[in-house]
Amino acid sequence: MDVHEYQAKELLSGFGVPIQRGSVAYSADQASFMASELGGWHWAVKAQIHSGARGKAGGIKLCRTYHDVQQAAKGMLGKKLVTQQTGPEGKIVQRVYVEVAEKFERELYFGIVLDRKAERVRIIASAEGGMEIEELAKTAPQSILQVIVEPAVGLQPFQARELAFGLGLNIKQVSRAVAAILGAYRAFRSLDASMVEINPLVVTQDDRVIALDAKMSFDDNALFRHPHVAEMRDLSQEDPREAEASQDSLSYVGLTGDIGCIINGAGLAMATMDTIKYAGGSPANFLDVGGGASPERVAKAFKLVLSDANVKAILVNIFAGINRCDWVAQGVVQAVRDIGIKVPLVVRLAGTNETEGRRIIQDSGLPIISADTLADAAQKSVAAASAA
Amino acid sequence: MSILIDEKTPVIIQGFTGDKATFHAREMIAYGTRVVGGVTPGKGGQTHLERPVFNTVKEAVRATGATTSLAFVPPAFAADSLMEAADAGLALVCTITDGIPAQDMMRVKRYLMRYPKDKRTMIVGPNCAGIISAGKAMLGIMPGHIYRRGNVGIVSRSGTLGYEAAAQMNAIGIGQTTSVGIGGDPINGSSFLDHLMLFEQDPETEAVVMIGEIGGPQEAEASKWVMEHMSKPVIGYVAGLTAPRGRRMGHAGAIISTSGDSASEKAETMKAYGLTVAPSASELGSTVAEVLRHLPGRRVTA
Repeated sequence: MDVHEYQAKELLSGFGVPIQRGSVAYSADQASFMASELGGWHWAVKAQIHSGARGKAGGIKLCRTYHDVQQAAKGMLGKKLVTQQTGPEGKIVQRVYVEVAEKFERELYFGIVLDRKAERVRIIASAEGGMEIEELAKTAPQSILQVIVEPAVGLQPFQARELAFGLGLNIKQVSRAVAAILGAYRAFRSLDASMVEINPLVVTQDDRVIALDAKMSFDDNALFRHPHVAEMRDLSQEDPREAEASQDSLSYVGLTGDIGCIINGAGLAMATMDTIKYAGGSPANFLDVGGGASPERVAKAFKLVLSDANVKAILVNIFAGINRCDWVAQGVVQAVRDIGIKVPLVVRLAGTNETEGRRIIQDSGLPIISADTLADAAQKSVAAASAA
Repeated sequence: MSILIDEKTPVIIQGFTGDKATFHAREMIAYGTRVVGGVTPGKGGQTHLERPVFNTVKEAVRATGATTSLAFVPPAFAADSLMEAADAGLALVCTITDGIPAQDMMRVKRYLMRYPKDKRTMIVGPNCAGIISAGKAMLGIMPGHIYRRGNVGIVSRSGTLGYEAAAQMNAIGIGQTTSVGIGGDPINGSSFLDHLMLFEQDPETEAVVMIGEIGGPQEAEASKWVMEHMSKPVIGYVAGLTAPRGRRMGHAGAIISTSGDSASEKAETMKAYGLTVAPSASELGSTVAEVLRHLPGRRVTA
């Protein structure tokens, strides 16, 4: 789960990471009022969407007067912001963050990730802040400093010091950077984050070290023990169909093709999408209905897939392990009758009680195309979609 | 032979008395697995499915001589149950649980390091379908009847895709030694490599199918080892060719976030290390048959 910049900063600040004074606003008037409350001479108005690269897309404005703040907020709120990371559809700005702006001397990069290879937490820093880390890895790999944290003891001050000196900071700045680094690590660890990125981490003229931007992602599997983080979820930033699916604990990812997919198991779901492509078609979505695949879940899955107007055919591919094909078949038949599916439907059932399952589909009298194997299912659905 | 488990392996079930555990324990016993007892804290002294229940794993091990466990424990308590199993000296723990926090698994992996390598517990999973040695024993939630005895090993991150591979192989008369699901999480108890090493040593296994997916460095690491150390052929497949970058595809670990994570890059890596890669998931069985046909001294009916 991702959160907004202002939320990440609020969380990090709770662990001792220095941030600028700032406040979230939902309207232009609120934004200018917040600027007056915050004090200072200059303010940054920042569009709050779940995406980086907002500055280049016009999502960050530097303002000198309250009126500027009001106008900047007005220009952002309710509008769609398209960045390099949002894709062409962009994301709607519903909140802005008003932050006191001041001059800074240096921009640094700082990040924390869960390293799957080392199975440890990895901390990354670079003196070349402000750029994307992927870009940095290409253009200035020698500038990237890294430490791996031993999970049994956590990040040690000497490791943070090594990073701070490595960034070329003076002694006054080092002690402040160490506090910020240790704080960011404690936030990562205590809140079960999967990623913290402070880019840039800036050094001011008076040697303070401040998180000027902040991004955090959280391990969905650990949200149960961090209810205050879970509450920060902003459904407006997610694809509406994916958000709806997650409410029903279905796992859905929308794609651009025309063959809707309903499959049990994430691996089989991906493999089925790939097989559709291999057969010359294009999948409209990833959808894992899970091991249970009860009639209710199957019905919900159909509704979800059909809410995509591009879908010209649907492929149901169930390899029944725990559940039984006859049961899944009943669910499919019931869903087709209740919902009234108008696009061609290809069903492949395998595993426990597959013969009974196929008989139920056949005896239903519904125009369901039955398939025996994965290859057969993919070919039939591609043919059905291109004929439609 | 087979790897990890057979009909003699004494198994306990952690979280034994829960509904799902009970259902699957029955299936496992019916398949021939030697389930010798179970653990549910607070229910020690009771009998469940005609087998003794213990409060702690240590007690269960002492009383039954179990070497292996299947952990059916909810996500919040799963890491604790894995460390308890390791501390009780079990050789193998398989955990089905989906939804264990990644940082919990990181600490579990670190905890295992306190034991010398030869006494260290192997964890299979989490978020997997389990392990089955065809016709011998089953430790998990898979449909046992779709496997048949034979000479090909399967190691897969995905459960249902592992079933698909077995079904395609069965349809053309190729059976399995053992099928292992390593799970779809970002941090697994054991890796492709751990199981390839076991399959390499298993005299009955003639070839191995390795079924990967997007995300993580495991497939590359295992493929490199295959080229350098493995005498048996490995057939590879990677799911997620059509998966967009940066999106999580069902499994917590199935996300393309860095270079080398995508299905096409992984398939290329596999090929570069000499693995035979199935061109599509629908051709897993036929690719295995093709590889077996070229094994020296072997006649395959396919």
